[in-house]
Amino acid sequence: MNEYTTHIKSKINWFDFDLKELWRYRDLIFLFVKRNYNTRYKQTILGPLWLILNPLITVMLYVFVFGNIAGLATDGSPQFAFYLCSNAIWTYFATCITETSNTFTANTAIMGKVYFPRLVMPVSSVITGFLDLMIQVVMLSAVIIFYLCTGTQIHITSALLLVPVLIIQTALLGLGCGIIIAACTTKYRDLVVVVSFGIQLWLYASPVVYTSTMIPANLYNIYMCNPMAPIITVWRYSILGTGEFPALHWGISWIITVLVLFLGVMLFNRIEKTFMDTV
Amino acid sequence: MSDIAIKIENLKKRYKLGAIGGATLNAELQSWWARKRGKEDPNLKIGQDYSKAGESFWALNGIDLEIRQGEALGIIGSNGAGKSTLLKILSRVTAPTEGDIWINGRITSMLEVGTGFHGELTGRENIYMNGAILGMSRKEVDRKMDSIIDFSECRQFIDTPVKRYSSGMYVKLAFAVASHLDSEIMVMDEVLAVGDMNFQKKCLGKMGDAAENDGKTVLYVSHNMATIRNLCSRCIVLQKGQIVFDGEVEKAIERYTEEFALELPSYYDLASYTRGGVALGTKVCINSIEFIDRKSAVFRNDEKIDIQIKWKEMESLNFYFRIIISTVDGTVIGMIDSKSSVGHLSEGEYSGLLQIDISPLVAGKYMMLVEAYKFAGGLSFQVDESPLIPVEVVKGENCKYHNWVNQYWGRIMFDDIVYR
Repeated sequence: MNEYTTHIKSKINWFDFDLKELWRYRDLIFLFVKRNYNTRYKQTILGPLWLILNPLITVMLYVFVFGNIAGLATDGSPQFAFYLCSNAIWTYFATCITETSNTFTANTAIMGKVYFPRLVMPVSSVITGFLDLMIQVVMLSAVIIFYLCTGTQIHITSALLLVPVLIIQTALLGLGCGIIIAACTTKYRDLVVVVSFGIQLWLYASPVVYTSTMIPANLYNIYMCNPMAPIITVWRYSILGTGEFPALHWGISWIITVLVLFLGVMLFNRIEKTFMDTV
Repeated sequence: MSDIAIKIENLKKRYKLGAIGGATLNAELQSWWARKRGKEDPNLKIGQDYSKAGESFWALNGIDLEIRQGEALGIIGSNGAGKSTLLKILSRVTAPTEGDIWINGRITSMLEVGTGFHGELTGRENIYMNGAILGMSRKEVDRKMDSIIDFSECRQFIDTPVKRYSSGMYVKLAFAVASHLDSEIMVMDEVLAVGDMNFQKKCLGKMGDAAENDGKTVLYVSHNMATIRNLCSRCIVLQKGQIVFDGEVEKAIERYTEEFALELPSYYDLASYTRGGVALGTKVCINSIEFIDRKSAVFRNDEKIDIQIKWKEMESLNFYFRIIISTVDGTVIGMIDSKSSVGHLSEGEYSGLLQIDISPLVAGKYMMLVEAYKFAGGLSFQVDESPLIPVEVVKGENCKYHNWVNQYWGRIMFDDIVYR
């Protein structure tokens, strides 16, 4: 049966991914990203300005609540830069999860009618989020340059080169978590509620508004098992040059990322074949 | 071997009856816990048929099919026969429960036109979008852009967001994209139901071309027998998830229509029949219709049909009878009129014999509709009508034609040409 180009079979193998096919559909990924952008701010007054306003307001709130009222230390970084920095990577992670987790439920109409590799949808969501992150990174750079000019304590080191690695890791982890949830939500809608709630909890379980150095020593190892904790810590270390560099925990975080992603792709791949019957 | 485009082996698809799982994880856990303790499931609705829960339904039950390249295959069958399920599996929207399909070539599926269109994007952007969803690369779309826009007849609006389009334009644009794909196999589910006559014609032409000239394989599902006749070279009939007929289009259509006209009764009691209109049957009411001396409504086309009609007149009225003959799929063929009034001067119950001559009709199945009508101000108005009465016409002994082809020649044999 080799002369046939496609074989539709009833038995679904757990390890049957076709990443080559995903690559063939790269035009579609690109178009989905473009569509997400083009349509997001149609018929809004401020338009893409929201991309700047949104983090700006959040960060100002953080500075006010956690910086001034709670008085949490920032390892010596200027508060504004500190929160802007951690908020950028965290927002990206949260967006990746929320946007990919509703892949099946939000796109039933189109997926019920035509075939394309379903992974195209979550991947394009992650890329869309990446462009948002870039805007925040530009903002962050502007702030850092401002601080450098005014002589505030910010150390730019060679660790800055880790930034792309960290972004990729965050994307992969967000994608992995998101598609696991997506695979589960086809049957149980509870998880949609869990996602928005869970991300809030996860935010406080990660060193976004505080630093990892504040964690008591006896809890530190458990705390760092949260894969986002080392990512955010290293992220701030590489950009602001403050805080610690937990190399071992970052390694573990990478292992978790790869495992989660692998599990996610596997589950997703299995569910995508029949989700139309259960969604 | 290599000229086979699609090979389907023992294809089955099962759907579970009843609700699939609980609506929430919590409900499912409750049900599971209740079952565990042998208690009644708290999530079952009262009166729900327990015996059916967990039972399954085979939407497709063992389909074996080979489709050669360049073949235009029609798929017909009543609702729930499994047509759409088959197309869904072929276009990989859902996976089969059992069985295998081998496909040679790219498949474009048009289960619904305009999938993936986004209202906020312009026509042009949507062409790229839709093209990519259907599997075209950007370059391919670029190359065909002009031709697509021309085909869609929407050039004027191509840079307007499609949410401002009329539904006709929407469909035209979508069909234009899909029909420009270079795929070897096209799968279509009633996509032509929308769009005006001209456009339908154009689409049928394009699809016919695809099958005949470009050697593309076309799979087409429709309830419109006329388009199936036009487009397909072979046709299968599905019934309860199985193929009950595979072969010539005309025979398949006959096989399919038989499902609806299995019985051909010769007597109809219409006294208590609910009329289609409120005013019908109030002035004149047809009580019964009978084909005299017949067990069933089967006639040779060289004999006359005698119809006994009984009716009641509620008021003095000049009215007439006419009989309208149509094909089983609803195309009206012709009308026979009583010409002279059959009304009486006083109310009462009457009966009469109508004799009709069906010699021009070719053999086949037809529907008859008996109408009573009156004239008012030069226009005719229905006063009563019968339901559609299925009849079958068979070839008479001295029929002029032995191999009449309905598909090309229609249903009426006119008198011969007089050559001078």
